[in-house]
Amino acid sequence: MIQVENLSKIYKVSRREAGMKSAWKNLFSRQYEEVKAIQNLSFSVKKGEMVGYIGPNGAGKSSTIKILSGILTPEEGTCIINGRIPWKERKAHVKDIGVVFGQRSQLWWDVPVIDSFELLKDIYQISKEQYNNSLEELVNCLSLSTILKTPTRQLSLGQRMRCEIAASLLHNPSILFLDEPTIGLDAVSKLAVRDFIKKRNEVHKTTVILTTHDMQDIEALTSRIMLIGRGRLLLDGTLDNLKEQVGQSNNNLDEVLAALYKKYKIQ
Amino acid sequence: MKYQEKIDLNVVFPITKYITFFKIRFLTGLQYRSAALAGVVTQFAWGFLELLMFQAFYESGSGVFPMGMEQLAAYVWLQQAFLSLYMIWYWEGDIFNSIRNGDVAYELCRPISIYTMWFTKCMGSRISKAVLRCVPILFLACFLPYPFGLKVNIGKVEIIFFILSMTLALLVSVAFSMVIYMLTFFTTNQQGLQIVAASLAEFFGGAVIPIPFFPEKLQKVLNLLPFASMQNIPFRIFSGNIRGVFLYESVAMQITWVVILLLLGKYLEKKALQKICVLGG
Repeated sequence: MIQVENLSKIYKVSRREAGMKSAWKNLFSRQYEEVKAIQNLSFSVKKGEMVGYIGPNGAGKSSTIKILSGILTPEEGTCIINGRIPWKERKAHVKDIGVVFGQRSQLWWDVPVIDSFELLKDIYQISKEQYNNSLEELVNCLSLSTILKTPTRQLSLGQRMRCEIAASLLHNPSILFLDEPTIGLDAVSKLAVRDFIKKRNEVHKTTVILTTHDMQDIEALTSRIMLIGRGRLLLDGTLDNLKEQVGQSNNNLDEVLAALYKKYKIQ
Repeated sequence: MKYQEKIDLNVVFPITKYITFFKIRFLTGLQYRSAALAGVVTQFAWGFLELLMFQAFYESGSGVFPMGMEQLAAYVWLQQAFLSLYMIWYWEGDIFNSIRNGDVAYELCRPISIYTMWFTKCMGSRISKAVLRCVPILFLACFLPYPFGLKVNIGKVEIIFFILSMTLALLVSVAFSMVIYMLTFFTTNQQGLQIVAASLAEFFGGAVIPIPFFPEKLQKVLNLLPFASMQNIPFRIFSGNIRGVFLYESVAMQITWVVILLLLGKYLEKKALQKICVLGG
């Protein structure tokens, strides 16, 4: 279903020393440094799998998600999702995926949530019947009935995130990418979001790839974990595999992860 | 009971999703009634002052002027009435913002062309602004005394050319701003581009002084630039300044620029998406 081979993504980052002198120098000759966000990344994901994608900040998690969702073009390597190369057939590809960026909003700021949903219905060309069915199911599962008519700007973060997730599932995609969906949420909202994702996966067999820094997300949701650091895939296995690597199975998960980061020197 | 199968237009024609963007922008624009009223007052005052200034020149100057006072009045009133259709200095803030802060990521994971989406958005907001502003300005301008009033002095053929040319001018203006929007993907900061593009378009497009008032040699060059294919042509057709064989020539020039700018914009879109770098993590 998702097949990734030898993927590499390089960013050009401009660098300069602090101070007037170097700022002046920078005017005439600009120093760029190539940063390899992803190097030789290969993995595959089967239909209906839930994969947790973890690693420290700047490890390349979001870049991977953006490549898989057709936004970025990698420098090297291939990736085939549902028989398509995302960045080559972007429009066809994105019809079949849903994406949530926890740190951004896809909802229209000043109008009620339901208007954003209607717009998405037109964008994805969802038929009325399918739209009504999806909407009803999502409203029930995410308890949105009371907030649908509220403008986005007046929603709490937890309410908004539930709406964001609903928005990315209206067209019933077979793959869902979640980039830090629980960031900044309180305990109740976190549990609601986790619960929903789990159910969605069970009922619709939606393939889910999720990035997070919250190890409890991983524990609650995913059976498979991919650890990435400095753009390289370091580990691909279960939570128990992860614990074995550091040999401290009785520690809490965050400590296990920290020990792992230390071991691979990626922190 | 008769069974009627409802065809969901939206599913049959992919174009309808872009019409949705147009509709949203159009309807949003219509909500700002007080802004429109303020716009009408400003444009009317501005047009009047401009005409008074020109009249002072006409009365004191001894030379021959390239446009009669009546022609000039028609030009100025159309310019004020349809300002929002052709103003290059008006930019869609949310397009720049989405590029600058990386929210464009969400737009890129939709099954739409961002070029076409932004193009229809721009058309929508420009047309809705113009609809509210043009009627009162044109109406008032018709009742002004000679030679300040707006009079129709052209035949049927010219009217048809005028309407065609108005449409083309809007397409040229929007396609031109689309090129600037697309270039923003490469420059990260848009302000420099905005200012340069807007100043060039204003001055060389006949927004400050109509192009016939420029030196003749310069005019020959200006007529070849995209800026002359914006408001300059339709307004001069209406005022009777462009006629005969020049009608065909000017409209052909406009069509050429629509095609060139569209292709350039689409090309830049393609390049931008290949090397895009979503800012802000």
